Amino acid sequence: MNATPIIGIEDLSRRTSDGEILLAPTRLDVFPGDRLAIVGKSGSGKTLLLRSLAALDPVQSGELRFLGQTVHGNQVPPYRTDVVYLPQRPVLFEGTVESNLQLPFQLKSNAGRNYDRQKIMKWLETLGRDASFLSKNHENLSGGEMQIVALLRAIQLDPQVLLLDEPTAALDEGLTASVEQLVDCWFEAAKQQAALVWITHSMNQAERICDTLYRVDAGRLSPPEPNPRGE
Amino acid sequence: MDYLQLSYLQVGFASLLILVNAAISIWLRLGLERSLLVASLRTIVQLLLIGLILQSVFQFDQWYVVIGILAIMTMIAGITAVQRNQRRYPGIWLDTILSVWVSSWAITAFALFVVLNGIDQWYQPQYAIPLMGMMLGNTLTGISVGLNSFTETAYTRHDEIETMLTLGATRWEAIAGPIRHALQTGMTPIINSMMIVGLVSLPGMMTGQLLAGVEPAEAVKYQIAIMFLVASATALGTAGSVLLSFRRLFTADHQFLRSRLQLKKVAEKR
Repeated sequence: MNATPIIGIEDLSRRTSDGEILLAPTRLDVFPGDRLAIVGKSGSGKTLLLRSLAALDPVQSGELRFLGQTVHGNQVPPYRTDVVYLPQRPVLFEGTVESNLQLPFQLKSNAGRNYDRQKIMKWLETLGRDASFLSKNHENLSGGEMQIVALLRAIQLDPQVLLLDEPTAALDEGLTASVEQLVDCWFEAAKQQAALVWITHSMNQAERICDTLYRVDAGRLSPPEPNPRGE
Repeated sequence: MDYLQLSYLQVGFASLLILVNAAISIWLRLGLERSLLVASLRTIVQLLLIGLILQSVFQFDQWYVVIGILAIMTMIAGITAVQRNQRRYPGIWLDTILSVWVSSWAITAFALFVVLNGIDQWYQPQYAIPLMGMMLGNTLTGISVGLNSFTETAYTRHDEIETMLTLGATRWEAIAGPIRHALQTGMTPIINSMMIVGLVSLPGMMTGQLLAGVEPAEAVKYQIAIMFLVASATALGTAGSVLLSFRRLFTADHQFLRSRLQLKKVAEKR
């Protein structure tokens, strides 16, 4: 295993204004090649943990590091293109699928990078879709298709870590398989340099997609459990 | 200058017209009688009171008295601007009062020292008080409309804002849309009135000057100057309040603090 984790959190904690623990001081390192699943009951703090890894919420204590360096201030936006968070409910903007995919390249953090249609087409082909999908209006997409667009929008940025917050919770089996397939494609292409953290309710899914399993209960993260895929 | 001084009897004739409103309300069962009565009494009492105050301020003619009156007017405008806002965040009072204060005082100062260069003293109540009143009235509208739009859009479109952040947007990039929309909304009323001024109605100040016997050409010059002064005060105040609230709703680490935006009722209970 590589010595420097891509992301690491140390003693990161969150409480409500009344002092209730949402996330107990937590330590977690994500190394290249890691495929981590996080399971736990609703309200146990899984999403908070994942959002903290994406630096989306202010924390009361602790530190978030990217390649050994603390992440703060104006380093946060570019950090979020290296560590991309995908919420359970995908959000698309007015326009076509393609305009949604082009959007990130208009941001300062992605300056110098260009939208790559061929790359997108390759992924779409593995899902059995053609170029007409790109010109579909966002209003005409199903929930699952929206999630696929959101996933494409994230992985086209070549993130080092993908944070997936129950992306298939509302999808049927076919679309769930598409999402998993797309994540696998991206992961394989990254040749052990990338990692993923996937929150799921389904133990079956955790077994399919991840090598290591973490449980979260009442804001506390359990020690890692090996979870050999495909066994 | 020559104009007809109204007697209280003549004012009374005009007041009787409130009976028209009352008759409509009773006839169509609008249930507005009580409000009409209260509104009529407030109009009479508030204006008589401000008349008395202004009378003594005009006679006293001292800078500290004028500044005192302007300060009270500004505070009332600031408080009103916050009260018209449906969503609150911690710090809204300071941000809004500061925006009203800086914008209206800066532009009024420009008016008194630059535009009206030649008046005896900058604090002459005859100029300072009505000018400030017009700045405040318009700034207050711009701020309350603009800020309301901003906080409401930020709250309802939080998922879009957050999605932008997850894709690497800075806090500014993530909220630029709602900020632009808020500033457009805040500035539209004054732009609209600049579009139709003189065509549909004569502005209150100009009407007042005409009634007081000022030559129309003179009254028009004043009105043109006032329109520009008011427009810039509105722009400054609206931009100030929206930008200050933007800083309260995001951390320096580009995190959106949506939970800070609470409905007026909820915020008041706390």
